[in-house]
Order: sequence, then C-alpha cells, then structure tokens
Amino acid sequence: MNNNKLTKQSISDKLYKSLIYVVLILLAIVIIVPVGWAFIASIKQDVEFYGNPWVLPQGFYVQNFADAWEKAKMGSYMLNSLIVTAIALGLLLVIALPAAYVLSRFKFRGSVFWNTMFMAGLFINVNYIVVPIFLMLNNGDKAVRGFLGHPIFLNNLFILALVYTAMALPFTIYLLSGYFKSLPKEFEEAASVDGAGYFRTMVQIIMPMAKPSIVTIILFNFLSFWNEYIISMTLLTTPGLRTLPVGLMNLMAAQKSAVQYGQMYAGLVLVMLPTLILYILVQKKLTQGMTMGGLKG
Amino acid sequence: MEIKKGQRRFIFFCLTPAVILFIVFLIIPTINVFRMSTYKWGGYTDEKTFVGLQNFTKLFQSDKFYQAFQNSLLLIVVVTIVTFALALIFASMLSREKLKGQNLLRVIFYIPNILSVVVISAIFSAIYDPNSGLLNAILNLFRGAESAPTLWLGDQKIVIFSLSGAMIWQAIGYYMVMYMASMANVPESLYESADLEGAGRMEKFFSITIPLIWTNIRTTLTFFIISTINMSFLFVVAMTNGGPDGSTEVFLSYMYKEAYTNSSYGYGMAIGVIVFLFSFALAAILNAVTSRDHLEY
Repeated sequence: MNNNKLTKQSISDKLYKSLIYVVLILLAIVIIVPVGWAFIASIKQDVEFYGNPWVLPQGFYVQNFADAWEKAKMGSYMLNSLIVTAIALGLLLVIALPAAYVLSRFKFRGSVFWNTMFMAGLFINVNYIVVPIFLMLNNGDKAVRGFLGHPIFLNNLFILALVYTAMALPFTIYLLSGYFKSLPKEFEEAASVDGAGYFRTMVQIIMPMAKPSIVTIILFNFLSFWNEYIISMTLLTTPGLRTLPVGLMNLMAAQKSAVQYGQMYAGLVLVMLPTLILYILVQKKLTQGMTMGGLKG
Repeated sequence: MEIKKGQRRFIFFCLTPAVILFIVFLIIPTINVFRMSTYKWGGYTDEKTFVGLQNFTKLFQSDKFYQAFQNSLLLIVVVTIVTFALALIFASMLSREKLKGQNLLRVIFYIPNILSVVVISAIFSAIYDPNSGLLNAILNLFRGAESAPTLWLGDQKIVIFSLSGAMIWQAIGYYMVMYMASMANVPESLYESADLEGAGRMEKFFSITIPLIWTNIRTTLTFFIISTINMSFLFVVAMTNGGPDGSTEVFLSYMYKEAYTNSSYGYGMAIGVIVFLFSFALAAILNAVTSRDHLEY
C-alpha cells in the first residue's frame, strides 16, 4: 500500500520534471530562434526573402556585409562607436574610481552630501534630460561661434563620450563604493606606516584589489555605451557622424522604401556580434555582477 | 596639520572631475526640465516667456496626451504582469529542480538583455512583417496560407500588444536572474521540513519561496514601472515611431516629439515633469500596497 503510493509519487515527479524540461526548452527556443534567424537572414540574397521565411539560404551571400560596410557606411559608424565607447570607458575609470574611493573611505566636509547626491543620481534617467542637454550644447555652440567661427559641442564624438561618462557615473560610483566599503581599514594604515602617500596607496594598493569590480564595470558600461542610441541620435546630427545603432535605425528606415533586406540584416549582425562574443566569453561575470549591483537602467 | 592639508588636497583632486561632470550633465539638465516646463519657448529663438502652469493646463486638455497616457499605462500593466509571472515561475523551476543544462539555459535566457534595443526592434519588425515574417508564417501553418496576413505593426488594435511582446521578450531573462539570485538565499532546510510535512510544490512555492523573496519582489515591481516607461520609449523610437496614427505613442516618445522634433520645448518638458511625478506616485502606491512584515530566513 505504502509502496504503491511511493511509486505513484515518483511517476508524477517524473512527469512534472519532463514538463519542466519542455517548458524551459520552449522558452529557450523562443529566445534563440529570432536571434539565429537574423544571422541566417544576413547571408540571404534579397530575392530569397520573398518566399517561405523558413527556407535556408541557398549560399553564403557575403556581399550583404560588404554592402552594409561600404554603401551603408556601417564600417565608419563602427569606428565611431569604437571611439566613443573607448573614450567613455577610459574617462569613466579615471574619474569614477578616485571619486568612489574618496566617497567611501574618507570623512570630510560634504561627504554625506555628495554620497546622497550621487545616490539620488541613480533615479535620473537620460530619456528625460536628453533634450535639455541638447539645448545646453546648442546654446554653447551659439556662444562659441561668435569667437571661434564654428560650433564645437554638437556633432562631436568626444562630447558624446563625455555625456556617456556622466550618465554612467551614479551607478558606477554606487557599485564601486559598495566594494570599497567592504575593505578593512588596515590596508591604508599599513600603507601610511610604510610612508606611502594617499595617491600611491590608492593606485598601488586599493585599485589592484578592486579588479573584479572594475571588470564588472567595464562589461556593463561597454554594453550600455555600445548599444545606446537616444543620446547619440540627438547629439550627432550630421549624417557622417553616426554610431552603429543609429546607423542600423537608418538601415531599417531605408529598407522600408527600397527593399534591401540582406543589407539590413548584415548591419544588424554587425551591431550585435561584438556584444554576443563578449557575452559568451564572460557570461558568468556578467550575471554575477548584475545580482551584485542589483539594478540597471 | 600638514597631513590634514594633504588629505584635503587629495580628496579635492579625486572628487572634482566627477562632481563637475555630474553637475553639468545631470543636475543642471534636471533642474532645466522643471524650469523650462513653466516657459513658452518655441524653436531656436531666444524668446522665452514665462507662462506659469499654462503648459500643464494645455497638457490636460490634449487628446494626444491622454492617448499616450493610456498606451503607457496599458504597457505598464501588461508587460509587468506577464514578465513578472513568467520570470518568477521560470526562476523557481530553474533554481528548485536539479536539471541538466541548467547553466546553458540561464545563459540563453539572458541573451536579450545584452542586445541593443535597436537590434531587438529590427528583429521583431522582421518577425512581425506581414508577408515575409516568421509569425504569420507560423500562423499560416494552422489557418492556411491563403488567409489575409495579420498586420502586426499596422493594425491599430494589435500593434500595442505586438510591442509588449517584444518588451516581454527583452525583459524576462533579466528578472529571472534577479529572482534566481534571491531564491538561492532561501535556506534548503525550510524546504526539507516542508517535505517532511508533505507539502507539495505549489504549497512550497506560495508559502516559502514567495514570502521569503518578497523584499526582492517589491524592489522589482518599482523597476518594472520605471523601466517600462523608459524601455517603451526606446522600442517605440526604433520600431513604430508612435504609429500607426498615435496608437503606440507613449509618454516619453510624445515628450521627445513635442520637444525635439516639434520644438515646443516648454510643453515637452511639462510632459516630462508629469511623467516623472506619475512614475514616482505609482511606485509609491505599489510600495505601500505590497508592504508586509519582513520575514527572516
């Protein structure tokens, strides 16, 4: 009797488990198929798009990528994206690391105030303030034109990178301070006994220990800078100066009037490939970092 | 005395760059949003006239604003409920059961989160394409190829749900990872003693898992509101541009259109202020409604 009940339970257990497998695999398919489909479509010829969407490509039509790279200028947009992302990441590290260190390890006049301010900054979202930023830079250009003869703030990759850095500051400082606070005070004490100054202590003792958090920060911000397009499309208005996602948006619009599916999908692959490669290399770090930080845009 | 001076200088140099960037690109634009909302300011002339709350009264008489409000609210409700339920269920499946390939599944589920919203919009525009899209191709298997294609992005009644589909697809992995992280902190002993008392899976889910990760659930509910308002803007810009005929216009896309494209900055910023206050109020209400006694593990 008891035995019978047990086997019944283990049968229902097995059923339940296979049901779970089915459901989870279904979700995995729902996520993989659209992405994979875009990859496959990127090597199809334009005529192949008119038939059944399930048909596999007849060959490897690399011309799509050449077209996207040259004709649609995705190549030069990629260079722009690389420049902006690199500058913004570099600036962010140079600016946020010392600030987070000082804010979390020193007591000084205004330390509570600035800690609270940067925390409050977490709630400011770019989408609300992108237009005021545009107007501010536009006014700056008007003022500068008077004595320089040409505008310098809008349509400037460096300024865009600077805005990206500023947007990333609150979250980056929040994440780094959390880590710095967890370190024992003895490190600085020992360093000061050995005669190291504040700057040397920070650069040679604290920074190397913070490496895991720094890696997390680089990963997160690389993704958000590389994928960003609202600020980029607002602040870069001359067509030659686009970043990759804005270029893709243009390809999408162009595709509606003149049918160039292949080129559009190739551009799409160009935008997502770097992030996918990075993700596959470091996926464990990323999901760990996410739960550590707890929030994102 | 000498030490104190050195320390002050060190703090100053570390903090100043961050503070300057923060003030210039976050604080001043934020203040400007509120200030400009009380001005009538059209276009590139310097002519600004203070109009008090006129922008706001105009706003509340605008049909377009109510349409954007309605669409945003619908998206918040639909996206939150579906994403929340699915993410919670899938997270508990993945963390409660011993499954093969668990890690691989988790890696796959997180993929949408690393893609640019432009990329996701492009992929979904292709999936929703009436003639060559995947979705109609799948439906045609059931309803026969001759039937009229569904216009996923062209039908005013459907388009908002198509949009939420893409948004749910994007968000689900992120919340899953969040819930899994907090479920990992629930001690195994609780489940073991529940097993001894003969509790089933459902019972364990509702009376152990949910109450113990309640704090985390509450936090994510706030995220849901804020991120749906922001993400819907990103998706609309890249996917539908508010159309057809305003049926996917959301809060921030309406703001951006009025302010940037239409050059009525004051009016646009008034929309921003209202949306900001609305999201705060909604988050506060949700927070109050979901408040419960804190449970310890």
